[in-house]
Amino acid sequence: MSAYRRGLRVGATSLALAALLLNAACGGTTRDNSTDDPGAGNQASGAANPDAAIKAGLKIAFLPKALNNPYFTVSDNGGKDAVTEFKGEFKEVGPSEASASSQVSYINTLSQQGMDVIVTSANDPNAICGALNQAKAAGAKIVTFDSDTKPECRQIFVNQVTAEGIAENQVKLISQQIGGEGEIAILSATANATNQNAWIALMKTELTKPEYSKIKLVTVAYGNDDDQKSFQETQGLLQSYPNLKGIISPTTVGVAAAGRYLSGSQYKGKVKLTGLGTPNQMRQYVKDGTVDAFALWSPADLGYLAAYAGAALASGQITGAEGDKFKAGKLGEFTVGKDGVVILGPPTVFDKNNIDQFQF
Amino acid sequence: MAHDSLYAAPTTAEAEPGAGRLAGLRGLVGSWDAVIVAALVVVVLVASLTVENFASGRNAQFLLLDLMPLALIALPMTLIVITGEIDLSVASMVGLCSTLMGQLWLSSGLSLELICVLVVLLGAVLGAVNGLFVTGFGLPSLAVTIGTLALYRGMSFVVLGDQAVADFPADWTAAVVRAIPGTSIPVVVVPLLLLAVVFGVVLHATAAGRALYAMGNNDQAATFTGVSVARTKFWLFVVSGAVCGLVGIFWTLRYASARGDNATGLELTVVTAVLLGGVSIFGGRGALLGVVAGVLLLGVLRNALQLADVDANALTIVTGSLLIASVVLPNAVADVRARLHRRRQRHAVAS
Repeated sequence: MSAYRRGLRVGATSLALAALLLNAACGGTTRDNSTDDPGAGNQASGAANPDAAIKAGLKIAFLPKALNNPYFTVSDNGGKDAVTEFKGEFKEVGPSEASASSQVSYINTLSQQGMDVIVTSANDPNAICGALNQAKAAGAKIVTFDSDTKPECRQIFVNQVTAEGIAENQVKLISQQIGGEGEIAILSATANATNQNAWIALMKTELTKPEYSKIKLVTVAYGNDDDQKSFQETQGLLQSYPNLKGIISPTTVGVAAAGRYLSGSQYKGKVKLTGLGTPNQMRQYVKDGTVDAFALWSPADLGYLAAYAGAALASGQITGAEGDKFKAGKLGEFTVGKDGVVILGPPTVFDKNNIDQFQF
Repeated sequence: MAHDSLYAAPTTAEAEPGAGRLAGLRGLVGSWDAVIVAALVVVVLVASLTVENFASGRNAQFLLLDLMPLALIALPMTLIVITGEIDLSVASMVGLCSTLMGQLWLSSGLSLELICVLVVLLGAVLGAVNGLFVTGFGLPSLAVTIGTLALYRGMSFVVLGDQAVADFPADWTAAVVRAIPGTSIPVVVVPLLLLAVVFGVVLHATAAGRALYAMGNNDQAATFTGVSVARTKFWLFVVSGAVCGLVGIFWTLRYASARGDNATGLELTVVTAVLLGGVSIFGGRGALLGVVAGVLLLGVLRNALQLADVDANALTIVTGSLLIASVVLPNAVADVRARLHRRRQRHAVAS
């Protein structure tokens, strides 16, 4: 045992010495003296020609956060419809789990394949930036949808609705359902999801309004956009907060899992649930009384618009500068806003009266 | 001895047990190495000929950068598995090292150079915790490192919560993806090769390396020959942790993002690569060359299939099938050989 200890001591001492030497030897890059690269500047270069026709045969690839996620399947199919309309080549690729690093390897693959447009939803606003910039340098146009990257890493971000619009809508829905007072909780996706965190922050702001003063947000739980984890988190919420009146789950996976738990539990109809879900997944819970109303934009339209935005970029109709206008097939005309953001429109609210009109 | 008999029981029927059995094993290991290297060559050739855009310098750069974390961690993992242990907490250590690096950069005001050294040391400490539980308390490494897999991952979310640190200096993040001037090989491959040589020499050309095989075959026998089993294993876990620290730094800078879920699930890919490289999961057998070939084979296969637009789910299935094949095939080959050998012996006796 003494040899063991001696070994430990020698090892630790030498490591510490190495650390000291290394630090003494280098002047050091600290947070304060590091010059932050401002990025490649604004990507809008060259003049836009709004009358340019959409080129035929554009190669457009959709890279969702992950495959096997019904939400992205629907929006990618919307993109496919658009690409078919303007006679391009469509393809959908993606990792099997929602991680930023695996998206990077797909972006590299796509740029290697010489895609004209890469349409992606970012698992991390920073991690895929380097790869996107490389793809851009190789000639691809970059459109993000649903979840954005840093603005300098893409040309256009197609936003489903404004974050304010979602926060307002979700808080209003839950307030109506619980009668304007009581404890509520949020069941989110992953702790790092860009859009989720923006919405949650705005919901908190929204809740400070006087009309919501009797509503108390007790916690935010993370179901990681995993059905089973979301199910268990819902169960956990109800056990930890016996006075819980309502749950907001602004993610399709979360709200469906929460609906499944509630509909089979004693809390059915007593604890209200709303969120962002797809009509097909939520239909049975609306019909059995577990859920009064929930909301969503049309993910198919989102993908459709993103594909048109990419085609407009690749054809030179727009450059991604503020004020550029383009036509997106059946959806009509859109204008590029500040920082290259294009907004789809306000969310649709689904309840038992209208849910049967929607199939996605 | 129990695990070893799973493999070699049939050959004990020989007239001279010791010598014949060793030669048989050595032949088998050699052949598996050769199989993997051959498979790698075949896959590279087929991919170059049939997959568009595969055979280009740019793609090689992407491929090698993607492989770095896997290749680095596979080195200490090979040694650990050869001693009959396993370290499943590697991906979580990478994640925790990454978030610690982010948190230190965010709030400590230390220089990035010092932070990198600290992160490697912290990785070593995390590995030492594994080592202490395994060797100090004599617990099975499978159980201990499944525990720390969850523990370290949880801690990495505690360190940074739901945020990600991304404002690392651009010259640092560019440095890790830069290619050696005039080539398309990333510069980070150089330290990887150096480390691979060091690990290779230690494993195959030193007494300590031979002791690792001895431990994998029989802990007690190794102890009786004067090898300090506990101490050696302890340091292997420390090295594994330190390498994970390095990978944490690489990962953070390459993706310019320190976040809690970095490298999730990487441990299974590492184990796949190591087993595919011919290292026996029961310990006592394997070679570093095979593992390097296994890592490359896995990477090339994934890259080529991705370029050929093969679905991600199919990719996962391929990885899983390879893992099973790499465990089953050597066993099956050994079995067949042993049977043939016995039949030949019976023939010899009869005639």
